[in-house]
Order: sequence, then structure tokens, then C-alpha cells
Amino acid sequence: MSAIDWATALPVVFMALMGVAMLAYVVLDGYDLGTGLLLHRATPAQRDTMIASIGPFWDANETWLVLGVGILLIAFPKAHGLVLTALYLPVTLMLVGLVLRGVAFDFRVKAQDEWKPLWNFAFWAGSGIAATAQGWMLGRYITGFAEGWVATAFAGAIALLLPAAYVLLGACWLVMKTEGELQAHAVRWAKRAWAPVVLGMGLVSIATPLVSATVRERWFSMPEFIALLPIPLVTLAALVAARAMLNSKQVMGRLCWLPFVAVVAVFVFGAIGLAYSLFPYVVMDRLTIWDAASATSSLAVIAIGCAITVPTIVGYTIYSYRVFGGKVKELSYA
Amino acid sequence: MDALVLARMQFAANITFHILFPTITIALGWALLFFRLRWLKTRDDGWLMAYRFWTKVFALSFALGVVSGIVMSFQFGTNWPGFMERVGNVAGPLLGYEVLTAFFLEATFLGIMLFGHGKVSERVHLIATFLVAFGTTMSAFWILALNSWMHTPAGFEIRDGEFFVTSWLQVVFNPSFPYRLVHMLLASGLTMAFLVAGVAAWQLLKNKANASTGKSLRFGLTVGAVLIPLQILAGDFHGLNPLEHQPAKVAAMEGIWETQRGAPLLLFAVPDEAARTNHLEIGIPKGAALILKHDPNGELQGLNDFPGAHPPVAPVFYAFRIMVGTGMLMLLVSWAGVWMLRKRGWQGAALPRPFLGLTALMAFSGWTATVAGWYVTEVGRQPWIVQGLLRVDEVASSVPGSHIAFTLALYLTVYLALLVAYVSVVKHMAEKPVPMPEPASPKPAPVKPGSQGAAA
Repeated sequence: MSAIDWATALPVVFMALMGVAMLAYVVLDGYDLGTGLLLHRATPAQRDTMIASIGPFWDANETWLVLGVGILLIAFPKAHGLVLTALYLPVTLMLVGLVLRGVAFDFRVKAQDEWKPLWNFAFWAGSGIAATAQGWMLGRYITGFAEGWVATAFAGAIALLLPAAYVLLGACWLVMKTEGELQAHAVRWAKRAWAPVVLGMGLVSIATPLVSATVRERWFSMPEFIALLPIPLVTLAALVAARAMLNSKQVMGRLCWLPFVAVVAVFVFGAIGLAYSLFPYVVMDRLTIWDAASATSSLAVIAIGCAITVPTIVGYTIYSYRVFGGKVKELSYA
Repeated sequence: MDALVLARMQFAANITFHILFPTITIALGWALLFFRLRWLKTRDDGWLMAYRFWTKVFALSFALGVVSGIVMSFQFGTNWPGFMERVGNVAGPLLGYEVLTAFFLEATFLGIMLFGHGKVSERVHLIATFLVAFGTTMSAFWILALNSWMHTPAGFEIRDGEFFVTSWLQVVFNPSFPYRLVHMLLASGLTMAFLVAGVAAWQLLKNKANASTGKSLRFGLTVGAVLIPLQILAGDFHGLNPLEHQPAKVAAMEGIWETQRGAPLLLFAVPDEAARTNHLEIGIPKGAALILKHDPNGELQGLNDFPGAHPPVAPVFYAFRIMVGTGMLMLLVSWAGVWMLRKRGWQGAALPRPFLGLTALMAFSGWTATVAGWYVTEVGRQPWIVQGLLRVDEVASSVPGSHIAFTLALYLTVYLALLVAYVSVVKHMAEKPVPMPEPASPKPAPVKPGSQGAAA
């Protein structure tokens, strides 16, 4: 047995951890942002319930973004500068969106009554700006920040798709967490978002190999193509299952959590597909994870910390979701 | 204006806005734990009302701190990409440990602390409150370790322009870290103390006092009175440290141009960088030498010893005087307040109205002193990003100036609006009448939907 080559292994470990953190962010804050995007369709009382369903979680959900970007910053500093310089303006827009959404959580219930509509609007608009900017950045990132109208149109398409996917996820979250009239609304919202999401995912799946030769080779050579088939097939099955559940009456009863789990599966398999397309690049076709990594000794210091803290974080996050599990109740301060 | 100046303005605007809120929440977390424990021990509703009111302020301040902190985590890369490329091996793990040991802890348990009542036991709730306070303090620990290292780097070697760590112990406990950590934690304590006292004084002035007001006023003034002498002492130690490591910063703080023996302590002056001299000097002869060297004829290095490598003088010089002046005012108000309260049997309502007005005016004095202090230390480090080793202009990004100008304008607009909203909402909450809590009920009072139903 030869000793493990840490200089080779650690960047892979951190790439995986960064991917998991980013996926956790997209799923967790995705349902927050999706709920925010649905806010303007609800009555004032329903809005309070919707926001109460995400109130105890959103802070921690957003922290996964800090961890994901943090790992990019500390494990792959050379990629961090390149990526954030290329995405300078959309990053700023996303941050402004997240600022508006985040502070509106508190301001809308604490400010004078006459300001509440404005903060509700800030909540909705902030969610929309952040979601759209994230979609745009994802699109730009997949093509390795390629120039030209094809790459721009591709990014534009994902900028529309991601908010739609968040709306689907957020609506399914509300199906799981709410009751009665609001739950029935949420089922309708989820159904309405379903078709655009399926269409969008189909188009993006076709377009990605067309805009990137690297992705094309990865997916469409034999026998890899056969081995990879489960990824799109499971994604499709999860989408169909979510739709079938939304159509059935069970969703208003004990199986209310199933559409949410199915849509989370869609996100997870989408991320796996994306990870396969990218690896080992941290910036497509330009920078591999080994080119971009920090010194091995520094990575080791963080790896030790991660090995202890990440399981702890996951543990207390699960605890928090159990404390606030079940149908949402009105929130009030202790 | 060139892109570098704009990038610095943008980063400065963001960290200035950000630090306002952690400065409140670091200490307020511990204050909440205290209020809760007092209530559990005495079952006096005043403590519960203080706890509930300040929990709301905490939640609001925390949210503002979180969102501006996220902006900051991105701006390291957007504004200073070269910093992480060169110093990433040092800065990366420190920032990483902050996220892993502090951010998740405080953000997750905040949910339980704010909304967990009736869902978890009183004991678990107390633990959650403790973990939130502990998390905010840990966050200060890691970020100040990194910041201090940028002022007094230690425990590293440079190979091909890239920094590598040789001793993590020396990196974390670098020469200026203990002083800076103590100085900042005390600053947070004082900011919280004057905010709590100031809000209570405002409630008394406006005849909006409730059962918590007297307790809050006494608590705020007492904590202020205890911490301010400690802070003056800590500040003095913290000021002696750069004399050894950052003499140019000290020279700018004191407005000393030529190296001299027995330099005066300037109470006021107008530094003129073009003429390399001060105008309208009012000073105490030999004062600076006495304070910094503990010798009236001690020698202090002047700015002219650092051609092209000393900070801009005027901002450091003025900010230092604003910080010290605010500190002196804090000393006066807190000590006078405690003395008068004692004479009046701790009845806040019996305090003279002008004094209540002054205390209310001081509600955000901690912000003034903290921001001024950070300007002294950060502007005082210029033109270096890592003192003596790496200049700011070496690590700046290649983003066009027009993009930076646009985003700077966007951030400034949002931050100014949020600052106005924050202060006006704290004022609104202070003036809003609160019902007495239901007798000895550990359960949350029923809430009307549409009012506090979705307090988040």
C-alpha cells in the first residue's frame, strides 16, 4: 500500500465539500427564495404563515452559501479571484437581492404598519433578484465564461429556469408545511411551475453539450453514455413522481412531504450531472482543482476542522428541523 | 477617481456598515442570557419584558449583520483577488474556522432562541441562547486573529511571493491580537450598554416607560460605568503595541512629522500633508512622549521617516480624537448616571430630564467610537494590506472603475436606506406600548395573525 498522496487527494475532497455546500445552499435557500417569489400571490395572513414556515431556518440556510464561497476562497484562491471577477456585476445584484430579502424578514414585522407593504415588496423583489442572478451566474459558469451570443442566451435561459425551479421547490415546501386553503394554493402554484421547469430542464440538457465540447465528449461516448443514463432517467422519474403526487388527493394528507422530496431529488441529480460535466475543472476548460488549490498544509488544517465541525453542523441542523418540524405554527418570540 | 480608490471606498463602506451590527450583537447576546437568568431567578416581569424587547433588537441587528457579512465574504474576492492568491494559506483557514465554528452555530441556534419557546425546554432554550452568544464571540475571535495578523504578521515564511504558515499558534496569537480582541469585545460591551441605557432614557423622556425601563437603564449605565475605565486602559495598551510594529500609524495618530524628543500631546490641530506640518496646534507639551514612552523626553519617530509608505494623516489623526473624545463622554455620562441613580434609590424616572436627554443622545455613541477606532487602525495601516510586506495596490482587482462606481453607488443607497430604517424601527419599537406578560406563563402569549404572527 502506498501512502495517500495528499496533494492530489485534498483538492478532490474540497471540491466535493464545496459541491455539497453549494447544493445544500441551492436546496435550502432555494425553498426560501421560492417561497419569497410566491409571496405576492397570497393574502396578508397567508404571507405571515409562509414567512413563519421559513423564519427559523433562513439564517442557517444562507450560511451554506458562505461555506461554499468560503471553500472556493480558501481552498481554491486562484479560481476564486477569476470567478468573482468574471461575475462581478451579477454577484453584486445577487448580494443586493439577498440583503433586501434578509432584512425584510425582520423589518416587515417590526416596522410601522404603513411600511409593511414596502417590506413585503422588498422580500419578493429581493428573492427574485437573487434567484435570477444566481441562474445567470450558473449559466455563465457552466460555459467557462465563454463570449458570444450563444453563451449569453444559454446564461439567460438558466437565469429564467432557476427561479422557476425555486418556485416549484418553494411551493412543494409550502405543501408540506401548511394546511387548508394555503396548502391548496401551494398545490396549484407547484402545478403551474412544473411544466416550465420540465421544459427548461429539457432545453438546458440539450443545450449544454451543444455549447461545450468538453461536456459533449464526457456524456456522449460509449460506454459512458450507458453508465450515465440513470442520472437523467432518475431526474425525469422524480419530476414525473412529483407531478403525480400533486395531482392526487393524498398530497393534502399524510403524503404532503413527497413532492418536496421528489423535487429535492431533481436538484441533487442535476448537481451530480453538473459535477460530472465539470470535474476536474474548477473553471471549465481553464483551471483544474489542482492548479487552483492552496498549499497542502493549509488544506490539511481546514480539513481537520471540517472533519470535526461539518458533522456537528449537520447534527444540530437536523435537530433544529426536528424542533420546528410538522405543520407551521404562528411564530412568536419567547 | 481610479479603480483602486473606488474599490477601497466600496470595501470601507461595506465593512463600516457591517461592523455596526456585530458590535451590538456580540455583547447583546450575553445581555439577553443575563436578562433571561434574572427573570428565571426573580420571576419579575420587568426582566422578561427587557428580554423580549432586546431579543427583537437582537434579531433585527443580527439579520443586518448576516446580510452585510455575506457581501463581505464575496468582496474579499471581487475587490482584492490578489490578497487570497498571496496570503490565502494564512487567511483561508482563519476565515474557514470562523464559518465552521461560529456562523453555523449562531445562525442555527438563533432560530431556537427566537422561536423555540413551547417547543423546547427552558434549559435547552438557555443553552441555545448561550450558544448564540458564544458563536458571535467566536466569530470575533477568528476575524480579529486575521485582522491582527495583517497588522502584525507572524508565524509565516514567504516563498516566491506566496505566504506559507510555519506556526499556527504564532499566526493566531500574533503580537497585536490579544490587545485588539480585548479592545473590540469591550467596545461591543460599551456599544450595547449605551444603546440599552439610551433606549430606556428615551422611553422615560417620552413617557413610554414600562416595567423593563428602569431595569434597562440601570443595567446599561452600570455596565457602561464598569467597562469604560477598562476600555481606556485596554486602549492605552493597544496604542503602545503599534509603536513597536507600526510606528508610522502612531506618528499619524499623534500628528508628528519630524522625529523628535518630548513630542507634545496634540488635543487639536489641522494636519497639512502638502506642507508636511500642522496648523492651529493646541497641545500639552511633552504629553505624547510621556504617554507613549513613559518619559517626557522620549523620542518618537516622525512621518518624514516613512517617505511614500505612511498612511494619509488627516483621517487617522481626526478619527483618533473622535474615538477618544467619545470615550471620555462615555466615562462622564455613565459615572454621573450611576452616581445620580444611587442617590435617587435607583429610580430612573427621578433623573433630571437634561441628563436623560443626554443619555438618549448617546444611544448610538458606541457606533461612533467603534467606527472611528477602526478607521484609525485600518487607514493607519495604509498603504499596506499586510504591514510592511504586501501593498494594497498589489492585490487589487482588474474590474473596470465604472463597474465599481456603479456597484458602490448601489451599495451606498441600500446601506443608507437600511441605516435610516434600522434606527427608526428601534425608536418605533421603543415607543410602542407592550402589554404586561401573562402571569408566570412560560408559554408565548397568543398572537394575532398579521401583527407578530410571522415574527422572523
